[in-house]
Amino acid sequence: MKRLLSLAIATALSSTVMSTSVLAENIAIVGGKVITQTKQGTLESGTVLIKDGAIEKVSSGTNVPSGYTKVDASGKVVTPGFVGALTSLGLVEVASWAGEVDSSASSTKVSTTGAALDVTYAINPDSTLIDVSRIEGVTSAATTIANTDLMFHGQGAVIGLDDDADILKDKAFMVVNMDGASADSHGGSRAVLWVTLEALIDEVASTKKIPSLTSGWDGMNARADIKALKGVLEGDIPLFIEADRAADIRQVLAFKKRHPDISIVLLHGVEAWRVADQLAKANIPVILDPQLNLPGNFEQLGATLHNAERLEKAGVKVAIGMETHNIRLAAQHAGNAVANGLSYEGGIASLTSVPAMILGVDNQVGSLAPGKRADVVIWSGDPLEVTEAAEQVYIEGEAIDMSSRQTKLRDRYMALKDVSASKTSHYVKPQ
Amino acid sequence: MKHTSSKLAIALACLCSTVSMQPIAQAEEQTEQAPHVSINTDPYPSTYTPISGKPTVIINVTILDGVGSRIENGMVYFADGKIVAVGETVDYSNDAVVIDGKGKWVTPGIIDNHSHLGVYPTPSVGSTSDGNEMTSPVTPGVWAEHSVWPQDPGFGRALAGGVTSLQILPGSANLFGGRSVVLKNVPSRTMQDMKFPDAPYGMKMACGENPKRVYGKKGGPMTRMGNVKGYRQAWSDAQNYMREWEKYEADYEAGKNPKAPKRNLDLETMAGVLNGDIRVHMHCYRADEMTVMMDMMKEFDYQIAAFHHAVEGYKIADKLAENNVCASMWADWWGFKLEAYDGIRENIPVVHAANACAIVHSDDELGIQRLNQEAAKAWSDGKRAGIDISMEEAWQWLSANPAKSLGIFDKTGSLEAGKNADLVLWTGNPFSTYTKAEQVFVDGGKAYELGNPDSWPLSDFEVGQVGEGDVK
Repeated sequence: MKRLLSLAIATALSSTVMSTSVLAENIAIVGGKVITQTKQGTLESGTVLIKDGAIEKVSSGTNVPSGYTKVDASGKVVTPGFVGALTSLGLVEVASWAGEVDSSASSTKVSTTGAALDVTYAINPDSTLIDVSRIEGVTSAATTIANTDLMFHGQGAVIGLDDDADILKDKAFMVVNMDGASADSHGGSRAVLWVTLEALIDEVASTKKIPSLTSGWDGMNARADIKALKGVLEGDIPLFIEADRAADIRQVLAFKKRHPDISIVLLHGVEAWRVADQLAKANIPVILDPQLNLPGNFEQLGATLHNAERLEKAGVKVAIGMETHNIRLAAQHAGNAVANGLSYEGGIASLTSVPAMILGVDNQVGSLAPGKRADVVIWSGDPLEVTEAAEQVYIEGEAIDMSSRQTKLRDRYMALKDVSASKTSHYVKPQ
Repeated sequence: MKHTSSKLAIALACLCSTVSMQPIAQAEEQTEQAPHVSINTDPYPSTYTPISGKPTVIINVTILDGVGSRIENGMVYFADGKIVAVGETVDYSNDAVVIDGKGKWVTPGIIDNHSHLGVYPTPSVGSTSDGNEMTSPVTPGVWAEHSVWPQDPGFGRALAGGVTSLQILPGSANLFGGRSVVLKNVPSRTMQDMKFPDAPYGMKMACGENPKRVYGKKGGPMTRMGNVKGYRQAWSDAQNYMREWEKYEADYEAGKNPKAPKRNLDLETMAGVLNGDIRVHMHCYRADEMTVMMDMMKEFDYQIAAFHHAVEGYKIADKLAENNVCASMWADWWGFKLEAYDGIRENIPVVHAANACAIVHSDDELGIQRLNQEAAKAWSDGKRAGIDISMEEAWQWLSANPAKSLGIFDKTGSLEAGKNADLVLWTGNPFSTYTKAEQVFVDGGKAYELGNPDSWPLSDFEVGQVGEGDVK
């Protein structure tokens, strides 16, 4: 359905963004303030050349070689497409009471600890959330099971928000929750929870060969879980450990010491600022929501809007964007972090290069570097400012149709107001 | 639709004497009358006293007066808790504190008409979960103020976001969730110390999914039609209850010695709605359901003050305007349940453009801290869709319109002479991510100052804990 729109795209382009032919393969986005997220830094007036769906070159000035369709971005801001750091995009349409939700999962014989679950089987490219998110500048996203009592939330993936929801990386990460709520469902105490995690990992480490389906196996992990966890132990699949309380984060740090080969990312991390130096030293990045400044429970007593700022100052990499339906609001969240001390560069990085790095897709997205997927956004102004918006989004070098189910509903009902426009629909009767 | 209380005018409306209820059963034929039974309508009265303030003038400041005007380089003078003058230049007393507002903006204090602070406070644990009396679908007799925990740290955070008054509502599990209370957002030991003097009570109602989800397997309602039957039966019961009291009053007046009806706290709140004293705040998402609710309000002759959430408000903006019902909305929340699936970013400006009363609400302990940003998003989304509303007009969503929905616009919600001096001095344009409330005044007293850590609210819960005194 989204593919019908090769002609419509031309009209969807914002009037302030000039384009002669959007079907051209080679595009030059000219004259915008370009935030590259590479060592080129920010170019006050730069040109981004896109060829065959990839970034070809970024340069200062407005010179464009022949053979490129020029898009005027003067007065605009150009950034890499935003990378949703942690979502369930493609796995959920309506979360509550409206049919199957693939971002929830429960235990089966096949996966007793959850490690084996693989979201790539469940991704639905037709989800309306994908359009809603991408027209606001989110061009790729980590997606994972979010609701489960299983110890591990399965193997998450990184998807592109193109029409096919391309999988940029499968088996990209694995979430494990090590906070009080998780302790509650795994034995009722952290004293059980951490021992459980260690025992599960120990089982994998000491199982040199994955047991065959015909051999007997009564391990805690199911066979498929063992296989998935091997990837974690070998450092191929980063473990995203969710924890808020400083004491719990110290346990995460201790875990890292015990298992130096495991790649670890701290998730949520409301009190992460209290152990910022240790996190920096252990090279553990953090995915957080910078708005959390209330003691939501006894694990978040140190909550402050200055979490991101303090982590950055200590040298910790910070990614922002933990939402699904409203991952588009990650930019506002990052803006609020900047309003509370995070550097502006850090704010943009928290939405682009840092999540790309954390998710292991920085070779594909997250910066405007030659060879990267041409996921590019032209913004009306500062993308962290609530009154600015994405005017045109490119995914893999293609100008996407800037509409969604939401904009269509809007247009359908705004047309009602103007009977003279006689833009009636089949279902909505004009007044 | 204007409510006329004469039609069902009954005792409750005028039973304001301080005599508490003393039902004494006596035979009617007895000539001597038992003491008159009357009901105290204000048994938990406000003990609010404003923070003391000095006469203050803010000069060189950009003013959004909250009722559609903007003044560049203007002056706001307030004294004795009231706005005295607003204009390009105003007279002020020599002893006034002068604040240079160069580069800054001043607006009326933000009023959130949908908050659960205190009833669903942080820490959010079972022990503090006091917002939904999920024991029966019809509980209008519970009062949110009896659950409000004034030590909720969320009040202080909201103050730092420029919120000067707020309505605390029961949750939306029930058809009739109970009474709301309007509070002044000042740190206090007791709910009564926060209670907005003379603000009318509200009553929470809820449409759609929540009641049927909660009660579908607990005796019902389990459908939307079951919801409506539940409301209608209860309204009918309330009418009957009012007639009983009418009869009692008439008989007593006639010198008889009638037995006072047994008090029913649920029906008493509903009777308060029917006689116009209590304002209905109704959680409702879908356009079709809101329209049914407006028919029901005509059937039983009451007024809905506001639909809350109204995610599909844009589909019936004309009907909201016709029926004089406000819509209290988020800028962009959507999709968490099916009745919120049709959310659009332009909901608020579309409702506004239809001349209906649009309100930005939070329903959230984080959202309430940056309602100015919520309005800014809606404002800019509307603008991009061709709905050109000025910032000064849009600020009505944050102060004047919520005040109207709460029945307190005669006291607050705009920067007009004589109104309460509830106002916010912003570090810059409040339609920006980077702008913060620099000083917040409630009734002319300085309740919060960004640059003065001593002014930052600290709830008892936070004392002696990690993070005490930290910047939030």
